[in-house]
Amino acid sequence: MSTEKGWGMRAFDWFEERLPIVSFIDNSVGSKYPAPKNLNYFWNFGALAGLVLVIMIVTGILLAMSYTPHVDHAFQSVERIMRDVNSGWLLRYMHANGASFFFIVVYIHIFRGLYYGSYKSPREVLWWLGIIIMLLMMATAFMGYVLPWGQMSFWGATVITNLFSAVPLIGDKIVTLLWGGFSVDNATLNRFFALHYLLPFVLVGVVVLHIWALHIPGSNNPVGIDAAPQDKIPFHPYYTVKDMFGVGVFLLAYFTVVFWFPNIMGHTDNYIPANPLSTPAHIVPEWYFLPFYAILRSIDDKLTGVILMFGSILILFVLPWLDTSRVRSASFRPIYKVLFWVFLIDCVVLTWCGAQVAEGLPLILSRVGTFWYFFHFLVLLPVIGWIETPKPLPISISTPVVAKPAE
Amino acid sequence: MADAAENQTVPTEDESRRDFLLHATVATGAVGVAMSMWPLINSMNPAADTLALSSVEASLAGLEEGQAITISWRGKPVFVRYRTAAEIEGARSERWQDMPDPQSDEERVQNEKYLIVIGVCTHLGCIPLGQKTTETRGDYGGYFCPCHGSHYDLSARIRRGPAPTNLEVPEYTFLSETNIRIG
Repeated sequence: MSTEKGWGMRAFDWFEERLPIVSFIDNSVGSKYPAPKNLNYFWNFGALAGLVLVIMIVTGILLAMSYTPHVDHAFQSVERIMRDVNSGWLLRYMHANGASFFFIVVYIHIFRGLYYGSYKSPREVLWWLGIIIMLLMMATAFMGYVLPWGQMSFWGATVITNLFSAVPLIGDKIVTLLWGGFSVDNATLNRFFALHYLLPFVLVGVVVLHIWALHIPGSNNPVGIDAAPQDKIPFHPYYTVKDMFGVGVFLLAYFTVVFWFPNIMGHTDNYIPANPLSTPAHIVPEWYFLPFYAILRSIDDKLTGVILMFGSILILFVLPWLDTSRVRSASFRPIYKVLFWVFLIDCVVLTWCGAQVAEGLPLILSRVGTFWYFFHFLVLLPVIGWIETPKPLPISISTPVVAKPAE
Repeated sequence: MADAAENQTVPTEDESRRDFLLHATVATGAVGVAMSMWPLINSMNPAADTLALSSVEASLAGLEEGQAITISWRGKPVFVRYRTAAEIEGARSERWQDMPDPQSDEERVQNEKYLIVIGVCTHLGCIPLGQKTTETRGDYGGYFCPCHGSHYDLSARIRRGPAPTNLEVPEYTFLSETNIRIG
């Protein structure tokens, strides 16, 4: 190799001196970002969430080119996308199922954080930004679901906007403001479309902050102790390759659903055009809202139900202080480890309850589930942190690996 | 990758094998991404219902000699002019070989009475004037594009101005003496 630089490298250096964007990317997710060497496959889901966000934005922009946000044309324009637009069915099924897979990926990402204590000091702001991302995703998904203007779209929009009528004194005024009228109508559809197009780009901005906040302390790891510099490896190529493998597995699962089971996570009622004069017998939100919906319905008081529903997400903001244990990874916390799995099961049970008619067993279970949800955060986590004796932590993240053969 | 390669102590044989795997993987991935782009880009092409609108039928029965009508086809105006005997004579008497886009009037009409052309200026797409009796018809008595001053004659051939070619003749058939289908 000659020491003389080629014209390509000189041009690259010239550009980098003026806008060091390549080294910025390299520092963020490239060879200059040292990551702990023991990350397992649960650390793939952040990158996967980023991939789904890109897929959603690309397919969404193309769908918007063929969609008409008007009460008289919205439903038919979606049917036209399905039948007449070239590959329109693919765009729509990728987008609709992409929303579900976005939540699958992000929920796994969140539970990964809960298990390995990724929310604890010094990653609280990183955790907050993650919650903001989830809230933005929920708002975007909800408004996107309204756009096809089927029965579920319309009545979902009616029910969710009516949540705000629970606000004392000014509730009705807030709802009228949200609607831009006296019911969910054309003005509502128009603004939901505008916001559904806007929020993903806000989401991108918060994702950039999320990654920024990640790079200050660096990635957490399955052992949960701070990784020493010699225990870190460059993100590229080691984790880009690992992420690419995850992407392959993810795309197989995603396109299996897109191609063969495209409506499995949707509701058939949404293929009926919106009818403001008739509510379907059994309306349920999309599956990713079900646990929160179950919490809402578990209480007989309107305002309390709404407060608990929003509270179930907002409580995550103070989780870094509710959990009083300084040990991050559940691997070293025998009691918390059990509580984590109980909490996961609790969320699954609430999801199931949210899909049922709110009476009998599902209602009892959603009440127990709601109680446990808050009991877990407000009582168990603070108390366990004090009474639990964690297993001895290894000195470095290499120790458990090196020690294994000796066992 | 450069860092990893420098620290390698494995035999060269192994390295070339690894290089092959890397290049094959990257190439497969690049082809896959490129192929998956196609349905996305193709979705912006005309949809099936747009293509289904690609022909229109019209009756010329109400059209008197010297009159013109405009028919909308694929979102564009189609000019139909019932030319007078004098106008046909005028369009055919001039020496077409010297015109900017040489074409005889016989080539441009199926029935000499009816001049049927797409009313979109071949310069930059404006609609030329001349269909209505109150509009200027330019220096050659056919059409005049007000945007950048292109003059067309009674066979809608470009005679002067920036337009490069004559007004386009659409594909059309006479279904009967006075019924046409465009497209």
